[in-house]
Amino acid sequence: MSTRRSLYLPRRQVIRGLLATTAFGVTSRLVGCSSAPESDAGKTGAETGGSGSGSGGDKPLVVGFIYVGSKDDFGFNQAHAEGAAAIAKLPGVKIVEQANVPETTEVQEAMRNMIEQDGATVLVPTSFGYFDPHIVKIAGEFPEVQFFHFGALYQEGKTPKNIGSFFGDVDEGQYVAGRVAAQTSKKGKLGFVAAKPITPVLRNLNSFVLGARSVKPDIKVQVIFTGDWSLPVKEAEATNSLADQGVDVISMHVDSPKVVIETAEKRGIYSSGFHAVQSSLAPKGYLTGTAWDFPSVYTQYVEQIKSGKKLMDGSIPHLTRGGLKEKFVKLAPYGAAVSDATKKDADAAQAKLVDGSLSVYEGEIKDNDGKSIIAAGKDLKITDPALDKMDWLVAGALGKVGG
Amino acid sequence: MAAETVGWWGVPLAIAAGTMRGGTPFLFVSLGECLTEKSGKINLGLEGTLLTGAMSAYAISYLSGSPWLGVLMAGVAGMVLGFIHAWLTQQPKVNDVAVGIAMIIFGSGIAFFLGKPFIQPSAPQLPTFDLGGWSNISSLQEALRISPLFLLGVALAPTMTWFFKSTRWGLFIRAVGDSPDAALAMGVSIKKVRMLSIIAGSFLAGIGGASLSLYYPGIWSERISTGQGLMAVALVIFARWQPMQCLYASLLFGGAQAFGPALQSVGITQGYYLFNAAPYILTLGIMILTCSPTRTISGAPGALGSGS
Amino acid sequence: MQSPRRQHWGKTLESICLPVGAILFSLVLFGIFCSVAGANPFEVYASIHKAAFGNWRSFQNTLIRAAPLMLTALCTALPARLGLVIIGNEGALVMGGIGAIIVGLGLGGNAPPLVVQIGMALAGLLFGGLWIGAVGALRHYRGVNETISSLLMNYIAIAFLNHLVNGPMKDPSSLNKPSSFPIPAVDMLGVLPGTRIHYGLIYGIVACVIAYVLIQRTTFGFAARTAGGNIRAARIAGLPVGKLTMAICFLAGSCAGLAGMVEVAAVHGRANESLNAGYGYSGILVAFIARYNPLAATVVAVLLGGILASGGILQRVHNLPDATVLVFQGLVFLVVMYSESLYSRLAIFKERSEIKPTRQPAAVV
Repeated sequence: MSTRRSLYLPRRQVIRGLLATTAFGVTSRLVGCSSAPESDAGKTGAETGGSGSGSGGDKPLVVGFIYVGSKDDFGFNQAHAEGAAAIAKLPGVKIVEQANVPETTEVQEAMRNMIEQDGATVLVPTSFGYFDPHIVKIAGEFPEVQFFHFGALYQEGKTPKNIGSFFGDVDEGQYVAGRVAAQTSKKGKLGFVAAKPITPVLRNLNSFVLGARSVKPDIKVQVIFTGDWSLPVKEAEATNSLADQGVDVISMHVDSPKVVIETAEKRGIYSSGFHAVQSSLAPKGYLTGTAWDFPSVYTQYVEQIKSGKKLMDGSIPHLTRGGLKEKFVKLAPYGAAVSDATKKDADAAQAKLVDGSLSVYEGEIKDNDGKSIIAAGKDLKITDPALDKMDWLVAGALGKVGG
Repeated sequence: MAAETVGWWGVPLAIAAGTMRGGTPFLFVSLGECLTEKSGKINLGLEGTLLTGAMSAYAISYLSGSPWLGVLMAGVAGMVLGFIHAWLTQQPKVNDVAVGIAMIIFGSGIAFFLGKPFIQPSAPQLPTFDLGGWSNISSLQEALRISPLFLLGVALAPTMTWFFKSTRWGLFIRAVGDSPDAALAMGVSIKKVRMLSIIAGSFLAGIGGASLSLYYPGIWSERISTGQGLMAVALVIFARWQPMQCLYASLLFGGAQAFGPALQSVGITQGYYLFNAAPYILTLGIMILTCSPTRTISGAPGALGSGS
Repeated sequence: MQSPRRQHWGKTLESICLPVGAILFSLVLFGIFCSVAGANPFEVYASIHKAAFGNWRSFQNTLIRAAPLMLTALCTALPARLGLVIIGNEGALVMGGIGAIIVGLGLGGNAPPLVVQIGMALAGLLFGGLWIGAVGALRHYRGVNETISSLLMNYIAIAFLNHLVNGPMKDPSSLNKPSSFPIPAVDMLGVLPGTRIHYGLIYGIVACVIAYVLIQRTTFGFAARTAGGNIRAARIAGLPVGKLTMAICFLAGSCAGLAGMVEVAAVHGRANESLNAGYGYSGILVAFIARYNPLAATVVAVLLGGILASGGILQRVHNLPDATVLVFQGLVFLVVMYSESLYSRLAIFKERSEIKPTRQPAAVV
């Protein structure tokens, strides 16, 4: 470190130094030798990425998945990882995965490496926060690579053509779950543990409330925002506080619903899940819940890509969304506590939502300050862009969006 | 509102219950850190120990079906990490804080690496004492459902005070921490005492982890700790290295975690991000009020962190 | 390091061989770990090499990761010369980011980009500096332990950021990820020509060089080092310990604050929770491993950048879990720290004269 004024060179030490350097050189060369086949593999990967056309032909289609957390989190990331695992089984498809990638330059580097080193031609960075600026930036650099992002963020004319957004509209599922909750609740008070007051969470929450109030118009849903996607202790505290307030059905939108469901079960109250089917966690109190069906979504995409369709020429639509009908989301099997009458009602509601005779966002809908959001007689489809700007809580939800 | 709901009383009730539920990991980690610091060493790595303990407890409980065996193994896993820390920090020119931060990374790495298969399954939880049976209010019953680990921790605090005050080994630890020269003169091996103190402290921190995964919130996930291990180090200073005060401080921090959600459940929705920072602001405030520039903090082990 | 007039090659050699040897040894340990986990260690080494240093493209990845670490490392390294152990790097980074976005939004579009950038940088320096400066002031005037207060202030800064971007500063259109309004694209910091590395790397290197010169070659630095050696002696010698403490803490915090400004101005373009990405905590490690030497910190930051850069390939090519890179990082740092204790203990490097032990700042609690 302090090498200044070092003109004095004892002979023995110079020799020793040379020896040490040689030894280091030999070691690193040894490592280099054994690595030869691996780096060749890397090179071919990079070439594939450079040419940019992985679809069709005899080369496998390499799909890169990036998750913001661990892919075994029993929640959001795992739901995507299960979709990835499903397409990995398809012939001619290879997946590469990277988990725990924060929404910083790190995700840009991960995407770049997947393209350049692994030859990925399709990337699925899953987290909402990856989109801007990270995916937008990398997509601009690699116009031949197709990016599929979960979230309805694609904007015509603004977003690069090689980005496609897909989003599962949970609203219908949560509407039915809300109906089940309201019919099962004995006390007429529901609770909702939410991570952050952002649009996807609010849509989930509001449709749950709307569903519940379509059965019992006076029912109230107490909301607690924990402030972050995964805070197990706070989520448990929130569940307990809700139970203390007499709530007897709890739904949630956090990354890993396990804590909320298990705590509710301990308190002897009902829960309605999210992200995945969690009935095994609460054999007594689990009612139903909305779960993603990513294996079906990703398989649909892979089939389109393998048949030569592309985002860039518009043969794959830039914004794909679906609910129950399109099998983007599904309703978990009803739990033991759901009565037969409720099951029948929920099945009927589900059938009506699928065939379009029932709508979640049918006016008049007021927010919980009494302001009219959707006018009477107006009926917003769940794909309506206005709903992607949701920043209000519907009447009947007790809580507030502002931090 | 239905008869059995508690309304506004829910806030103090949730905080009281939170002190016991959420305070337990703080309690064990801070007592462990207290023991370690009394011997003159700092172990910032208890965050990693806590995570490893939480993972081991859950994994062993799941595999063996015995939560108590899980608690024991959490302690043992903590001891292994404690040994690494103790051995490294007693080498010349090695800084406690630096090793601690490296141990946070290493400990959490090991816990996450080995813990992958245990995120999904449900492990048997520790039994609880239900002291609220006399009441028919479910919230009160829940608040009075008390973990044996919590009681153990509460009992440990006065035991530790007594241990430091009245036993030979307690004296050795204090001597080593306060003035290593005096300890040497007493014929005590500084290395051995510190080694044992750090290992025992890490054992306790491991059990703190077990209380997270086997009691409250009772799951294993990579986000199970939100810095409880690091905060416990702050708690010890806040508590002036006195086990009884560690107990009070841990209860305070446990209660503070319940504060934000409880307020929202009764309709106070403003600024929950700031409410979440309340325990840190409070600690800092109390430290500012009680510290003095002219004297060192009373109760601080004299040789703490000096590397001697 | 007050070196004697005659420098010994043994010492130089030692300071090269020990860390290199430590890294090689930790690679061996990690190789064993990987083979237990079912991966071929030699292929893992090759992958790490390829992902971190293998070619210019991947080395850029390493450098991008290293850039913020150089700046956050200084936040611990500078006060360490005074004997203070500060771990508030994350908080100072976040506050610097907040300062930068306030100025960026205020000036953006109303002034030439260069002015906006300078304003943002100054705000980042000021906010970060005041944040850690407050830690120094608390230490000096109230005797509050700086390690703990800076740790607590991390949590407070992060909560403050969350409050701002979810409340008063929230861009209503940032629906999926609450953020502040973005600064205009023209005001963003660019990349170094011909690379994808943003200017943060230059900031980091320049800051490290300045810090080195300041500490090693100026009377100010000499005074700080003297005070760090023995506060009481420094007081008796009439050194203004309080002013020194606050000045050093301010400089330290401003370095981390600058890292926050770079994150805002070069990466995100806005302030949001991604500012809190752990660069602060990694920076502490860099500072310790570099033994508080700002120049060495640049090298260590690149090394850590390389380790982090290899995290992805371990998952993608070897199917190792994402936590593997944490284990790797932990192993490297533990072994390197152990190697510190071997300085002047291994006979092979000893010659003719005894080597003075390197001074270690005493952590005062």
